Amino acid sequence: MIAALTIAERQRAIAISAVLALCGFAMTIAGSDTLFAVHGAIVLLFSLGCIGLVMSQYFAPEPSDERLTRYYDDPTRVGIVLSLGWAVVGMFFGVWVAALLAWPDLTFDAAWASFGRLRPVHTSGVIFGFGGNALIATSFHVLQRTTRARLPDQFSPWFVLIGYNLFCVLAASGYLMGVTQSKEYAEPEWYADIWLVVVWVVYFLIYIRTLQRRKEPHIYVANWYYMAFILVVAVLHIVNNLAVPISFGEAKSYSLFSGVQDAMTQWWYGHNAVAFFLTSGFLGMMYYYLPKRAGRPIFSYRLSIISFWGITFMYMWAGSHHLHYTALPQWVQTLGMTFSVVLLVPSWASAGNALATLNGAWGKVRDDATLRFMMVAAVFYGLSTFEGSFMAIRAVNSLSHYTDWTVGHVHAGALGWVAMITFGSLYALVPWMWKVERMYSPKLIEVHFWLALAGTVIYVFAMWNSGIIQGLMWRTYNDSGTLAYSFIDSLVAMHPYYIARTVGGLLFLLGAIVASYNVWMTIRMSRSQPEAEAGDADLPVLQGAALQAGE
Amino acid sequence: MREFFHRKLERSAIGFVLAIIGVSAIGGFVEIAPLFTIGETVEKAPDMRVYTPLELAGRNIYIREGCYACHSQMIRTLRDEVERYGPYSLAVESKYDHPMLWGSKRTGPDIARLGGKYSDAWHVAHLINPRDVVPQSVMPRYGWLMRSELKTEDLGRHLKAQRAVGVPYTDAAGRNRHLRLRDVELGHHPGPDVAHLQ
Repeated sequence: MIAALTIAERQRAIAISAVLALCGFAMTIAGSDTLFAVHGAIVLLFSLGCIGLVMSQYFAPEPSDERLTRYYDDPTRVGIVLSLGWAVVGMFFGVWVAALLAWPDLTFDAAWASFGRLRPVHTSGVIFGFGGNALIATSFHVLQRTTRARLPDQFSPWFVLIGYNLFCVLAASGYLMGVTQSKEYAEPEWYADIWLVVVWVVYFLIYIRTLQRRKEPHIYVANWYYMAFILVVAVLHIVNNLAVPISFGEAKSYSLFSGVQDAMTQWWYGHNAVAFFLTSGFLGMMYYYLPKRAGRPIFSYRLSIISFWGITFMYMWAGSHHLHYTALPQWVQTLGMTFSVVLLVPSWASAGNALATLNGAWGKVRDDATLRFMMVAAVFYGLSTFEGSFMAIRAVNSLSHYTDWTVGHVHAGALGWVAMITFGSLYALVPWMWKVERMYSPKLIEVHFWLALAGTVIYVFAMWNSGIIQGLMWRTYNDSGTLAYSFIDSLVAMHPYYIARTVGGLLFLLGAIVASYNVWMTIRMSRSQPEAEAGDADLPVLQGAALQAGE
Repeated sequence: MREFFHRKLERSAIGFVLAIIGVSAIGGFVEIAPLFTIGETVEKAPDMRVYTPLELAGRNIYIREGCYACHSQMIRTLRDEVERYGPYSLAVESKYDHPMLWGSKRTGPDIARLGGKYSDAWHVAHLINPRDVVPQSVMPRYGWLMRSELKTEDLGRHLKAQRAVGVPYTDAAGRNRHLRLRDVELGHHPGPDVAHLQ
């Protein structure tokens, strides 16, 4: 990996790592005995590790210019591995916190091990760790293939990937130590947020620089989505995380907005993190890997245009449906509800486009678990966007809000759509990346598929049941006109569903472990076989290799 | 036939970027910006006061421990909620909350109006082991809070940052802080980190 970098790139890597190490050192000094200093030490060690890694092969011979005739895929390979690592970690924490709701004493008598600190490790671990790494890895791959241009340089993709993972490490370790803004899905404190902005700007620059060098006149659909993901997430992240730290040597900060304005900003962010991180990004993935794997062109080019601009425009209005019947002014609630309902049109346009693409390839869906992952993902995408529009209706929301129904809805999307499309794409991508004919074990993909599907269905049904029961119990009156159930009555009624949910999550975690094993063995398999010629169809100079808009 | 407009847009990376930014910016702008300018968004309540420094420190423990993941502090304008939890929440009640902690999930009950409902002794016992007082509870034990020291020497910097984001703390509040803290130090409370309940 390091040997593939030019000497100048190795020097740049060392220089940037050294600057980062200096920042870490400064944080340690400024923080003295606070948690800020602990994070400084983590930054310092992390960057020293990077320097060590580069130094270990610093004197390896420089790569020849022949490299420029090939795509640059090393960061994608590492990104895939990191993504699976975070998947296992994030889902493990998920199963743990799920179990805690059924058996609350299943933990240690220590601050770091309490539910409130573990939960964000789960959410950030799976969303940012697993999802984010998968998005970065696949976007580099898709970008090069659809533009027939190599990444502009070999250093900046590493900066993005490694820098992003430093952010994830700061986030997760911070939660365990009690460093959090308590803004849902935007928990990391100000310095981690600033670091993410730096990483993100470089990510955007890679994208735009590669697009400018493209050998295809048109920008393919997948790239529209990846670009929307990068751009809008940047805007959301910056605005929602505006805050004033109590000092530049402490982790704690106070958000710039308060009360109702903060609530609206937070859910404008929160819902569009769902839209542009968990939807747009993964739609980009779907628009490349699904037609590739099915061997069929996208069903309708016009439908992809409608769904892309529909999603990009309308999602940004939908956030206020998280705040129905609250102190948020009614007019904002109504706008949010209206746009959420209309959002069903572009959402189903995408889901329908994906499923119609499979028309004529259903035999492959039956036989190929990888393609089946993608098919099921499209189905769950359709289901959960329908459910989302439905739950955004004020009257429905009065029942569903604050209950497990929301949790079930999120997981129908996260497990059924995001994770399934990711696993499907990774199973398609891994053999290409490691230049082997197929995954180590197709049978294990099949096993994973059924584990994942069973886990998702159990989880979602458990949460639908518990959520609706909860919502109904809270609003049930007895004959004398008083509330029929105490809060604790509703909690007791949840117990069996919390156990079922834990089981569903556990099955899903097992699936992720199976996937990691399968990928690991595929990598090992690739090492033991001589360099295959599979790369031939994969060169930037080759004509007609890329998927094109309108194709 | 005239070339489809979108085919042209697809050929310009910069054009596409600008189009995405423009199209996506509208919704948030229309919904958020007016909340700062329309006066009636937040009710007038002359008796609304800022948090005392000690309350702020307690609130920061609530933030640190991620309590919002299970408890809401936003009673909706629904009959059953008002009967269960008390009068529905007003925007003005969280106008000094940086960030707001309305929450999104009730694994436990809403606690916007919990203050004063139970005795301090009940809260201490409940935090140490919730199942001692509510056998069916699934809340985490917070016994370790008894062993962790509440830092107070940095409260001045907290108040300054609060003032920077718009909370009207006066210099008198800074002096008052010492008063309040001394009150606490003299009080009979079991451990520093649960002091905010006293």
